[in-house]
Order: sequence, then C-alpha cells, then structure tokens
Amino acid sequence: MSLTEGFEPKIIAFCCNWCTYTGADLAGLNRMKYPENVHVARVPCSGRVNPQFILRAFQKGCDGVMVCGCHPGDCHYSTGNYFTRRRFMLMKRMLEYNGIDPGRFHARWISGSEAAKFRDTVAEVSERLRKLGPNTKYREALREGADAGKGGAGI
Amino acid sequence: MSRIGVFVCHCGTNIASVVDPDRLTPAAREMPGVVYAADYRYMCSEPGQQMIKDSISEHGIDRIVIASCSPRMHETTFRKMLKGTSINPYMLEIANIREQCSWVHADKGRATEKAIGLVRMAVSKVSKNEPLYAQSIPITKRALVIGGGIAGIQAALDIADAGHEVVLLEREPSIGGKMAMLDKTFPTLDCSACISTPKMVDVGAHPNIRLMTYCEVESVSGYIGSFEVAIRQKARYVNHDICTGCGLCETKCPVKVDSEFNLGLSKRPAIYKLFPQAVPSKPVIDSESCRMLKDGKCGICAKLCPLGCIDYKDEARTVTESFGAIIMATGYQLVDWAAMYGEYGGGRYRDIISGLQFERTVNAAGPTEGHILRPSDGREPETVVIVKCVGSRDPKKGKSYCSRACCMYAAKHAHQILEKLPGSRVFIFYIDVRTPGKGYEEFYDQTRMDGAVYVRGRISKIYEEDGGLVCQGEDSLLGSQVRVRADMVILETAMEPSQGIEGLTSMLGAARDANNWIQEAHPKLRPVETQVGGVFLAGTCQGPKDIPDTVSQASAAAAKVIGLLNKSEMETSPMISAVERDKCSGCGACVGICPYKAITLQEIDDRLGAKRIKREVASVNSGLCQGCGACTAACRTGALDLLGFRNGQILEEVDALCL
Amino acid sequence: MRYSYFPGCSMESTAKSYRLATEYVMGRIGVELVEIEDWNCCGATSAHTLSAAMGLALPARPLAMAELREPGLDIVTGCASCYARLRLSMHKARSDKAAKYLIENVIAMPYEAKREVYSFLDVLSGEEAAAAIKAKVTRRLTGLKAACYYGCLNVRPAEVTGAPDRENPMAMDRIVGLTGAEAVDWAFKTECCGAAHQNDAASVSRPLVWRILKNAQANGAEAVVTACPMCSLNLEMRQGGYRKHTGLPSMPVFSVLELLAVAMGASARQIALEAHHVPAAKALAAALRRSGGGVAI
Repeated sequence: MSLTEGFEPKIIAFCCNWCTYTGADLAGLNRMKYPENVHVARVPCSGRVNPQFILRAFQKGCDGVMVCGCHPGDCHYSTGNYFTRRRFMLMKRMLEYNGIDPGRFHARWISGSEAAKFRDTVAEVSERLRKLGPNTKYREALREGADAGKGGAGI
Repeated sequence: MSRIGVFVCHCGTNIASVVDPDRLTPAAREMPGVVYAADYRYMCSEPGQQMIKDSISEHGIDRIVIASCSPRMHETTFRKMLKGTSINPYMLEIANIREQCSWVHADKGRATEKAIGLVRMAVSKVSKNEPLYAQSIPITKRALVIGGGIAGIQAALDIADAGHEVVLLEREPSIGGKMAMLDKTFPTLDCSACISTPKMVDVGAHPNIRLMTYCEVESVSGYIGSFEVAIRQKARYVNHDICTGCGLCETKCPVKVDSEFNLGLSKRPAIYKLFPQAVPSKPVIDSESCRMLKDGKCGICAKLCPLGCIDYKDEARTVTESFGAIIMATGYQLVDWAAMYGEYGGGRYRDIISGLQFERTVNAAGPTEGHILRPSDGREPETVVIVKCVGSRDPKKGKSYCSRACCMYAAKHAHQILEKLPGSRVFIFYIDVRTPGKGYEEFYDQTRMDGAVYVRGRISKIYEEDGGLVCQGEDSLLGSQVRVRADMVILETAMEPSQGIEGLTSMLGAARDANNWIQEAHPKLRPVETQVGGVFLAGTCQGPKDIPDTVSQASAAAAKVIGLLNKSEMETSPMISAVERDKCSGCGACVGICPYKAITLQEIDDRLGAKRIKREVASVNSGLCQGCGACTAACRTGALDLLGFRNGQILEEVDALCL
Repeated sequence: MRYSYFPGCSMESTAKSYRLATEYVMGRIGVELVEIEDWNCCGATSAHTLSAAMGLALPARPLAMAELREPGLDIVTGCASCYARLRLSMHKARSDKAAKYLIENVIAMPYEAKREVYSFLDVLSGEEAAAAIKAKVTRRLTGLKAACYYGCLNVRPAEVTGAPDRENPMAMDRIVGLTGAEAVDWAFKTECCGAAHQNDAASVSRPLVWRILKNAQANGAEAVVTACPMCSLNLEMRQGGYRKHTGLPSMPVFSVLELLAVAMGASARQIALEAHHVPAAKALAAALRRSGGGVAI
C-alpha cells in the first residue's frame, strides 16, 4: 500500500470575512458539495494573515494551507489584499527554502458571489494535496519536541 | 482555567440531518476547558436563547461556543443575547457547522468529524477570548451634502427640517442640477421648473442650510461623526455679499461663449448666472473667457455695476469645516455619444441632438422659447426620429446597463413633438420599452395612441443627404431593413457618473462599482449607505434612476443622517488594533500600511535603565480603525494585535485543527 | 523602404491600371516591393465560409513564406479583401495558440506572425512616404473633388485591423490631399458595397453600390477613390442601372495609386487609364487644366 492511498489531507483555509467567507456561506446556501478536507478560519481580511500562522500550521502537521480573500482591487478595506498578494509571493519561496512543497500553499481570490469558485477551489486543492501525500516534514521533529517538553513558537 | 459552554444547534434538520448532534455534543464535552455542552433544535429561538442564558448562570460558564449557522447570520443576535448575562458579548465564538458543513457535505460520518473539528477550533479560540468594550465617539451635529441637484436639495431640506445644520455644496454657480434643465416631467407632465425652483428657493432661505455654490471638495479626513472637509471656494470675481443680482453686468459683456445650461444651443456672456432662476441669483465671472481676466483689457462689467461688486482680484479660498455625516448627491452626466458613435456622424450633423438638448429646446425658457426648431436652419421638423439606448445596453461601444429613465422621457419627447407640431411624424427606435412605475405604462400607451411609431430595432447609421438625415436601421419585428428620412434626430443617451467621481470617492474611501457608480453597502438591504461609515448616497451617483426614485433615495439618506445626528455619540466596534507600547519599536511600518490613516506615531515618556527618555510608539485611532488587521501582519515586533482576532486566538485555532 | 509584397489575384487580372499605377508610384517614391515567391490565393471571399481551417491557412501560407525568405520585412498588400484575410491569419496566429497550431499543420511550415501586414494606405500615409510623395508630385489635380471610399474590410473588424476610426477614417483623405485634389466629407467611407453578393443577389446588392455613389455625389464628389481593386471593380462595373434609378450621371472610380501616378506625371497610357469602364481620363484632365499645367494625359 502506498503512502498516499486512502489519505485525506487536512487543510486550513484562512478566509476573509467579506469575500471568501461569504462565498463559502453562499456555497452552503446553494447546497453545493465539496470534500470535507477544508476547515475555514475566519479572519477580517486576508491582510490579517500573519505568515507565522501558516508556518505554524505546517509545523503542526497540516497538509495544506489556503489564504483566500477578495479579488485584488475589491478589498473591503481597500488595500489589504495587495499586501497579502506580495506577502505570499515571498511566502512560497520561503516554504520552498524550508523544504515544504510550495504546492501545499495556495493563495486564491474568491468573491462573495463566487460560490462555485469556492467549491471548485476546495475540490482542486484537496485533490492536489491528496496526490502530494501527507506533510511529514515536521512530524518527526514535533514528536521529538513533544518528548522534550511542549514545543511550538509563540508570536 | 476558562469555563466554556458549547451549544449545538440542530437548525431543525438543516444541521442535524447530516451532522450527528449525539456524537458532536459529547465530543465537545470532552474538549479542554468545556464544562457544559448541550444541543437544541433552534438555538436562535427565544427558548434556545433562554436555555443558553440559564446554563451560563447554572454552570458558571464564562465563555461560550455556539455551533450553528454562519456567524454572518447570527453572531450579532447572540452578542445581543449575552448583553443580558454575566458575560461579555465578545466571549463568544461561533462554529459554522451549517453553511460550511452540513449543507455542503453528504457523508454523515465525515461531516460530523469535520463539525467536531470546527467546534474544537472555536473552543480553542474562545479560550483566549477577552472581554471587549465598545468605545463611543462624539458626533458633530452637522451634515455635508455634496451636489445641489434635486437629490442634494431634497436631502438638505429634510435634514434641515429635522433641525440639523446642513452645508449644501455645489460646484456650479447655481444649485438645480439636471432637473432645472428639464421641461416637463413624465408621466404627469408637470413643469419641471415649477416643482423644482420652489425647492431651490427653500434651500436658499432655510435657516439651517448654508449654501456653498461654485465650491469643490479638496480633501476629506476623519471618520463617521467627525469628518474634516477642506472646501475650495472658486473665485467668483463678484462680491456676493453686496451683489443684488440686478443683472446689469451681464447685458454689456462683449464675450459670447456656449451656454453650459443650454448645452451649446445658445451663448452666454463671461459674467453670467447659470440660468435666470439660479440660486443664488448672483453672477460669477468665468475666468477662462473673461477678457479682463485673460488680457487685462475690458472692465465693462465693473464700470456698469452700480454697487462696485466686481473684483477682478478675487482668489479661490479654502475653508475647512467639520461634519458628522456626508451625503453624496453628485448625480450623473450624459455620455459623449459623438465620441462613441461614429456611425451617427460623430457630432458632424447639427440636427442630431441629445435628449437633454431637446429638453432645452422644448422648454419655454430655453433658447428657442419652447419652439421645436432644428438647430441647423431653425425650421420646424416634420419628421423626427428618436433613438433610444444610445450608449445604454451596448456593452461593445457604450455601457452594458440600462439607463432607466430614457424609455419614459423618450415617450414624453414624442408626446411633446406630436402635441406642439400637429401633423408631424415621430419614429422611436427601441430595444425594449421599459415602463416600471406608477402611471408609466399608461403614459407610454397614450403616446402610441398620439401617433408615435415605435420601431423595434437599432439605428445602424445616420447620414445627411439632400438636407435631411437618413436613419438606416432594422425593424427586427418585421425582419427587414428600414430607412427613415428625418428632419431632426433625438438620441436618448446613456447616463454615466459625473466627471470627478473618482477623486471624490477615493478621498472618502468609498468604493465604486464596475461602471464607476458609487457602490452601496448592500444592494438590497443598505442601498443608501456606502461601506464608509457616515457616508450616504442619494440619487444617480449610485446608479441611473428617475426623479421619483432619486427623491425617495435622497429622503432615505437624509433619514439615515438624521438618525445619526440625533445621537450625541455613537458606539464603535471594539474589534480593532491595539498596541502593546512596551513591544513597539516605533519603526512605523504600520503607519503606511493602514488604509484608514488610523495609526500615527506618538511620542511617549519612557525609561532606559535609569535614564528618562522620549521615544515614539504607534498609536491607533479607534474612530478610524476599521479592524482589518493589516498592520498586525506587518508589525515586526508583534506589538500590534487585533482584538477579537488576536495572534494567540488564531494560533489556537490552527493548533486545534492540527492536533 | 522595402516590403514583402502580396499582389493578390485581382492585380493580375481586372486591376491592370491599379497594378501599373502601383509599380509607377512605388518606383517613384522608392518603395521596393519584393513579391512573395509562389504566393497563393488568400481565399477571399469564399474559403472561410466553407472551411475555417482553409480560411486561416490559405492566407497564412504566403505570410509564412514571406517571413521565411525575408524575415526582416513587413508584408504589404493593395487589396482590402486580401488585407482582411492576411491580417486575420496574422492576428489569430498571434493571439490563439490552437489556431496557430492548426495553421502550421495545414501549411506544413512554421508561421510565427512576427511581421506586420499592412495595406497600401498604411504604407503611403507614413511620414516618410508622405514626404516622398510630396517631393514627387509634379502636377496638381487642383479642385478634383474626390470621395475616398475605404470599404469595410480595410477597417473592420477593429480588433483585427487596429483601425482607429471605423466610421470616418482619414488616411486616404490625407494622401489624396497631397495630389492637390480635394477629399470631400461624406458618410459612406466604410459602408458595405455588397461585393460578395452582386452576382447571386443583385436586387439587394446593387442599391448598396448606388447608395454609396449617390452620397458621394450629394456631397459634391465627382469621382470615387478606392484603395482596393475589388472595391474599384464593384463600384465601377455596377453602375449599369445607376443612371436609370437615380437620374444621376455615372461616376469615375480611381484607385488612390492611379491618382498619385497621374499627379507624379504618368501618362494615361502608362497606367492604362483607358481600361476603365467609366471613362476616367476626362475628370483628371479637367483637374490638371484647372491647375494651370494644361498637360495632356
């Protein structure tokens, strides 16, 4: 049996309250179906997402992280997602440097009306991560850390 | 150690048919810090809320998680509920197990697993919640209305009548806007000036209204309750304090330029009133055409003025005023059809006029004193073609939207032509005829009875030949080409936002939609508000509409402003950024990133060892901060944090999921 | 100035005077036209209605050949129909990967669409060419009132041609102005002349031609000037019923190249003016007389 067979990735999605979270709600309202892998954490703006949240997720064994917000130019707070965009372009390279497949991280723009896009994105990212297999990068280290006392970086 | 209560809602069967409460509730009970967990059919109902309140006191709960529908649905409901309990309304987290779980998943086992995960995230987050307290900001009891058309006039009068001070700002020399240019209004055919000029006079005379004409907004700062607006009074070159508006100066001015009010159909002098019923009824000098101001030669008006009002040295002045609320009533303009439609001659043919030019033509106070005459030779037209949707409903060349008022005023124009020119023929080319409004369909029917010929199809080309205008198009009901020889053509052109809307909205921080109209906060439920607190919308600046809709919206916006100004202070959301001064290094990275200019660097007294020093730290203005949190992600030392969405809270969520 | 040159079929047959005038004028102003070797029919106007693939591939083949042989040269053609077809293939090869793949498979050679496709109007209205024309005009066609007819295919569709003004283009008007003739302002510069249906639906198509001629005359024109052998042919040969239906005199039709050639001193014989269906030399002679030259053509 291969490592990825029957594997269901665990994904956390940081969604901005005004666009993507609303879009996700709309997907529910329209009874669209998508895989159960994604858990949404609501944030006021994608610009609120501190890169450390993402590192922490990967460190704790999350298989994928999504950051979703309003389309550039449509930010509820006018400019927040521009910062997000720039920040997460750098983020991808940093993940790579840390030995985490950048394919585990996705920044996407989904508006409040794009329920179908939310559904499709969740399905697509889940499928990609299913293929990538579990994120084991820090699992071992984590276990060792846990033995030596509680680890984890605070901000 | 926190004492958490978890309340699982079935939402009838909406949740319970997919997510199993009998697994979820016991699982919640086992989560760290949870002292009580229960489920109920409808948590948002009166008994549901009562159950939560009872449990709080009974079990000594100090924070709660409600697993239910989206927080966008009932977060405020449950916060209000907590106001009547021993715990702070912000000691609440909602796990969205309906929209983002039971409604989108079919597999009950896996959906329940996910719901447990979502509740665990909420439980972990709430364990870090802290009581938050809304702050209040004072409200300046004064409103600014930008734009002196019928929308601005109505809004200003309503607010002033309620007893609040209003400044009505208009960039033209007179208020009145487009409505003052119209002849008659559909469907009642009452004279536009007769119903709008008394309102203009009321504005001029109202003790609570200060009229600022020939003024423009230069900058806006501040926030709901206390906006600071810099207003530029353009140079008028006429001292309005002494001018009586006798009009003598206008009679001898040697300059003649196209009249803006008559849309180029007549001339006006360089010293002019916009129109005879202008409010204020005093002239200004147009510096671009005045000979004295351009070349220093002339001065006739100064010699003529019996009171010595003319002041060629007048200069623009900027004043800064405070307001608690702002109404945008900046209106519309018609598209430049000549630049868009080369097939209509691109402006080469004088007898093709816009609907607004026709309004001036048919208006008794207009350049032809109400006689319908074609501009080229002053002859009465026998055949008139009216083309609707010029620039509207034309995504390729113009605007994709419908301009809403044109169907009705096209019918009115046809009616007026047929009435004033017996024996004339009117052809109206249309895509659809849209008449939603009281008495509108009846008016359209009557116009057809009057003899207007409606042809369904677009005009593809208009050209001049042998002294007439040949209109070539399609009758799409007959499926054939048609050609009509007209003496005059009226183009009912699309509305677009007034020029300058971009600058004004970006000063205010208000959003515009894809077509540049100002974006309302919600298309259905908050149609007269913008996303910016304290900035409201009246009339066509929000989208095309006719006069009744404009006036209704203006009154609605006024009601919103009155509601705001009736309070002496208002609560602000406590979920804003907070600075931990000890950690702040004063680098200022947050200052530039804040879209609301809410963060400034402030000097504080501090100690370095035993030495007393002064240093700078970030300071958040709670009136301006909207709680986006952009600054927190930019803060290098972690001194900035977002209340309600603290780093620690979000990290708890992450940890809870990964477990 | 050098260009790869796509003459098109008409130049070889019905448009004799146009061809001779082109050779004369281009020689005079120093534009070298390098005829594309083994060029083929562009497919206008039937190919694209029968097969989308052929509609794209036929014009692409000579373009690809031109880029292969003369990679540094842009391509020019004197026919509006050819221009529209060539330009569309170029546009598609640039903007649509699937179309490029299809084209290259059909013509069995690479086509990168690196060079532009120009019309004579584009070439002659350039600053350098305009200066050269000015220098070479030896006799002025003073007072000749001409209606410049661009035809639909020189300007439409705009996303393919890049024409700045589809309704009232001015390039030809400016070129005509260089000869001393007067380009009149009229309304039918880019109106359809019904060329494609003159044979199978004459009752619908003939009036389209007449309307164009009528509007030209209504605006004071005594001749129509075209930039396309097909436009010329259509406007000139379909005047049969014109007089009967409108009571107006028939109209001479020139190509803009003929006008330039005469202004540069070409004799009627040199450019085969006698080949016209509607007598053409008279109007030109009158204009030359007005300019005081009195030179016979």
